[in-house]
Amino acid sequence: MHIMEGFLPPLHAAGWTVAAAPFVVVSARAVARLVQEKPQTKLLLAGSGAFALALSALKLPSLSGSCSHPTGVGLGSVLFGPVVMTLIGTLVLLFQALLLAHGGLTTLGANVFSMAIVGPWAAYGVFRLVRSVHGSVPIAVFLAATLGNLATYLTTSVQLSMAFPDATSGFAGALLKFVSVFAVTQIPLAVIEGMVTVVAVNLLLQHSRDELEILSWPYRPVR
Amino acid sequence: MKQSNSLLLLAVAALIAAPLLLPIEEAEFSGTDQQAKRLVEVSAPDYKPWAQPLWSPPSAEMESLLFALQAALGAGIVGFYVGYRRGRHTRPDRS
Repeated sequence: MHIMEGFLPPLHAAGWTVAAAPFVVVSARAVARLVQEKPQTKLLLAGSGAFALALSALKLPSLSGSCSHPTGVGLGSVLFGPVVMTLIGTLVLLFQALLLAHGGLTTLGANVFSMAIVGPWAAYGVFRLVRSVHGSVPIAVFLAATLGNLATYLTTSVQLSMAFPDATSGFAGALLKFVSVFAVTQIPLAVIEGMVTVVAVNLLLQHSRDELEILSWPYRPVR
Repeated sequence: MKQSNSLLLLAVAALIAAPLLLPIEEAEFSGTDQQAKRLVEVSAPDYKPWAQPLWSPPSAEMESLLFALQAALGAGIVGFYVGYRRGRHTRPDRS
């Protein structure tokens, strides 16, 4: 989902940066508040961030014969909520843009928007929705991480299509092309991310009950 | 729960191995980020990227080193966390 450095026209790059910036600022404040009010969860937050760092470094082969990588932001999103995860995702993207020439600074806003805003919110929304219809925690976590991953790649496709609409078929035609590049490859990888995230949550439920209680997690289903 | 974790990890391993073992036509395993970049170059041949990365890894080997370091850093912290919590959990008297 990384849009390469310079591969969005200046106006689009600026637009996504302006759109993403307030989310990052609010997120930074939320992280500061979390660390101050619930310092016991600091280590879990670091662990969730590290989970995203590790997963987004892994380029995995997909059944489509291409390769791509998970995002890893689903775990932190269901545990801490999407607001906190925006800063974490932004730091991961910045790391990759500066040290790996993967993504870029001009496209950072767009990449933050897809991986650190839309992905976490989609994951969190799916998690709450599945829980509210009394879905089990593992099912809710699996669907959250899987669909959060897909939402990120769909957003990237939309961003590229807006910048580079097809000459004849316009935005819709371009969207179809970009989605067919990303989505087919991404579906098996999204499932992988979903399953790994369930494993992580299972381990947390086994060994980190006290931290989860501080976060009042998992939320009780709405009656 | 332990059993379901093992099964899940087994399924993950199978999903990662399957593309490499199955005879998939035209399997180059190129990255989708690069494919999207190429798609842009085809559909907008006049477009010139207006910014370059400040620094790029000098070779593919150096790039994979940095990716491995990123994964190792992440996995290391995750491993520390899990080990720390597990230790505390199984030896509550020493927490």
